[in-house]
Amino acid sequence: MTAAAPVAETGSDRVETTAADRASRRGWPGGALVLAALVVVPIGFLAIGISDPETEVWRQQWDTRLPGQLVDTAVLLVGVSFGALFLGSSLAWLVSAYSFPGSKAFGWLLVAPLAMPSYVLGFVTMSVFGFTGPVQNQWRDWFGRDAWFPEVESMGGAIVVFTLVLYPYVFLLARAALADQAGSAYNVARSLGARPLEAARRVVIPMLRPALAAGVAVVMMETITDFATVQYFGVDTVTVGVFRIWRGTFDRDAASEFATLVLVVALMIIGLERIMRGRARFGEAAGAAAGLGPRRLKGTRAWAAFAICGIVLLLAFLAPTLQLVSWAFQEIAGPRGTPNTERFLEFLGNSLQLALLTAVVCVLASIFIANGSRFVSGRTTGLAARLTAVGYAVPGPVVAMGVVLSLVALDDVLEGIGLGLPGTVATGSLVGLVYAYSIRFLAPGLNAIEAGMAQVPEEITASARSLGARPATIVRRIHTPLARTSVATGAVLVAVDALKELPIALLLRPIGFNTLPIWTFNLATESRFEQAALPALAIIVVAMIPVALLSRQLSRGAERA
Amino acid sequence: MHTAKLRVLMFGLFASAGALALSGCGSNSEGTIQIYTGRHYDLEVAFEAFVEEFNIGIEFLSGPDADLRERLQAEGDDTSADIYMTVDAGNLAIAAEQGLFASLDSPVLDAAVPSELRDPDGFWYALSARARTIVYSTERLSTDEIPTTYEELAEPQWKDRVCMRNSSNAYTQSLVASMIGNLGYNSALELVTGWADNSHIMSNDVILLNSIRDGRCDVGISNHYYLARELAEDPNYPVGLVWANQNDRGVHVNISGAGVLANADDPELAQQLLEWLATDGQNLFVDGNNEYPVNPDVTPETLIATEFGETFMGDRTNASEWGLLNAEAVRLLDEAGYE
Repeated sequence: MTAAAPVAETGSDRVETTAADRASRRGWPGGALVLAALVVVPIGFLAIGISDPETEVWRQQWDTRLPGQLVDTAVLLVGVSFGALFLGSSLAWLVSAYSFPGSKAFGWLLVAPLAMPSYVLGFVTMSVFGFTGPVQNQWRDWFGRDAWFPEVESMGGAIVVFTLVLYPYVFLLARAALADQAGSAYNVARSLGARPLEAARRVVIPMLRPALAAGVAVVMMETITDFATVQYFGVDTVTVGVFRIWRGTFDRDAASEFATLVLVVALMIIGLERIMRGRARFGEAAGAAAGLGPRRLKGTRAWAAFAICGIVLLLAFLAPTLQLVSWAFQEIAGPRGTPNTERFLEFLGNSLQLALLTAVVCVLASIFIANGSRFVSGRTTGLAARLTAVGYAVPGPVVAMGVVLSLVALDDVLEGIGLGLPGTVATGSLVGLVYAYSIRFLAPGLNAIEAGMAQVPEEITASARSLGARPATIVRRIHTPLARTSVATGAVLVAVDALKELPIALLLRPIGFNTLPIWTFNLATESRFEQAALPALAIIVVAMIPVALLSRQLSRGAERA
Repeated sequence: MHTAKLRVLMFGLFASAGALALSGCGSNSEGTIQIYTGRHYDLEVAFEAFVEEFNIGIEFLSGPDADLRERLQAEGDDTSADIYMTVDAGNLAIAAEQGLFASLDSPVLDAAVPSELRDPDGFWYALSARARTIVYSTERLSTDEIPTTYEELAEPQWKDRVCMRNSSNAYTQSLVASMIGNLGYNSALELVTGWADNSHIMSNDVILLNSIRDGRCDVGISNHYYLARELAEDPNYPVGLVWANQNDRGVHVNISGAGVLANADDPELAQQLLEWLATDGQNLFVDGNNEYPVNPDVTPETLIATEFGETFMGDRTNASEWGLLNAEAVRLLDEAGYE
């Protein structure tokens, strides 16, 4: 597909278009606000309670667990952010700036851990490296019963696991940025006599800042919304607290009030991202940027680079996958077998359908929002765009509960005027499910597509407009084709998240509708991890499809450059 | 990708989604029992037998107890569910309070389920029993060292030698709720604080048992069936079980139970299923997960019968009573500094 050139329209049409143009310009902020409202209302529904707080519960929590939870949350977020930032950006630099054995392959292989759900890596790590796992048992055999071994079931363990599954977000964005402008800028700086480190510090890092900031923000959001993996490691975050109150004291109102704490943390992350991103805006002025010309490494250096990439890939992806494969074979050979294997295709179909629908909805909404700020400058569209990101920062069950309550309220209102929704549309319909998924995962799609749009020079839009093309036409025929890599990236990021999502489906799915993560959960929930190996592998394999598409796109981009 | 191909793909996707969305709406399937269940154990066996015998269909929606209860509440009379089934008493008691259950008048269930294991008004019935009791290392403890009461585990000689499940877990919460019911809040707080001081906290019972095997702790508290599973795989598994508090109030028995919903489409069929599960279907229902039957006329499966014994003295506080104390138990655990 090639970027279509805007076609100048005839004079008579031109008058009409201007009128329509004005109408559609009014449409952008309105539409963006409606989208933002669709995301915010269900979450706001829960937050309403905060205006009339249950002071007793707050005081009791403040006197007991809350301070510790705030500390744990902060330490975890900071630890994982630094871990992912360091690992993601240095690996991206390594595979972009140098060539060494396997450097091309690593360029896409290192994205693979994205397909690994953190709860899966969590339970594999605990089973293998935990106190009762084979590694520590062997260790004690060698060095005695009281031999020191780092505590795996700890904050440190949690930070390592999250870093290993989440660094690809930073890696992806950093690598894409290095593949074009940041890379060529480095070469220019070097040719102008800057030493490598100086060029990196003064040119590359500032240009990478938006990508790194966006990557770290995603990493922090994924970390703050988790409540399963942290519990394997005994880390007590604010999110864990929300679920203790909800599921343990049956007090949904108090739980939603505490969920607003998670929301506050999320808003801080969004703010932080804006600050870290700075005012940087780098349009691609003329043609494709050249990217970095990788420098060939030789001898020990080449093998060291290979080893670094290999070890990360081994720890984050290969070793846990092999462990799952070995468990799966044991189970298949064993007397129990894995229950429901014969329904695999059904679970797979459901997962795929849900992921695709969510990706489509999120991409369309993102394209709309991302273009809105291009045609209508003003605070409304910008604010709407930022608000829609909120869903990503709210734990799945909270989103699901919000959707249930607001759809039920809508149903009641409609029933009041004699137009009730049929049956259980509020809960247990695919519509509700896709709606909740889209609230949750709009942000990664929007981020990618906004980044792509930012690279479409304003001048192109301006000339198309001056030739009389309507905004809708420009979006369809110019912006979207030009930003197609980012659109695809956005779709893939949404799909990968949707394939791994568990808690929303648990709460909102139609009766009898099961996905791969639910199959895994049903087996893992009673600590039968070996039995859950086969379904967990299925998630990884399926999530590898979009990840591979993403990698291919990335490599193509790198080659083109 | 070519636009035309993309369009066809999109069309297919939305068409199939539309079809599914519509079919989901109309599923008010009369004659089929729909169950919202927190249980995930080899469900098939008992229910398949029921389907076979009575030619009545069953559909499941599985998930965490609390989530399913919230969903039932939100669905109100739109719900298509007939039965709510859980793995702990707390959510059953709350569901009864929230008016989700219909009160059953069933001589069969009243005869099959002992009175302390069902709701006094017939809102719900326990269908299987799981004892949460003391487990110990058979390698490192001699017979006279084995603790026999929950209270002993709070004593200083067990410092750093106890493995306990974390406080987010429903089993821990219901155990503590039963302590509050039996001992009163203050004594229970003292006891739980003692546990917290002595314990390593674990995220699940399997790791807990293996930690006793591998020497991190000498004793712990676990549901009996987790140990049964380990013993089924390795008869020499070096962890043993003792029924707690046999000389006073008895061991804490948590339940898995169910009730028929007030908004059920097929309440008679639902009641028929529960009656069958408590009688003819008891063994099929409990054996696969090594649970104890609630029906005193039914014998437990061989492994737990031989390893742990056919009977024990269970705490006779009514399950609905400590079910309602669950929220207080969570606060007590917070106050005790129990992780």
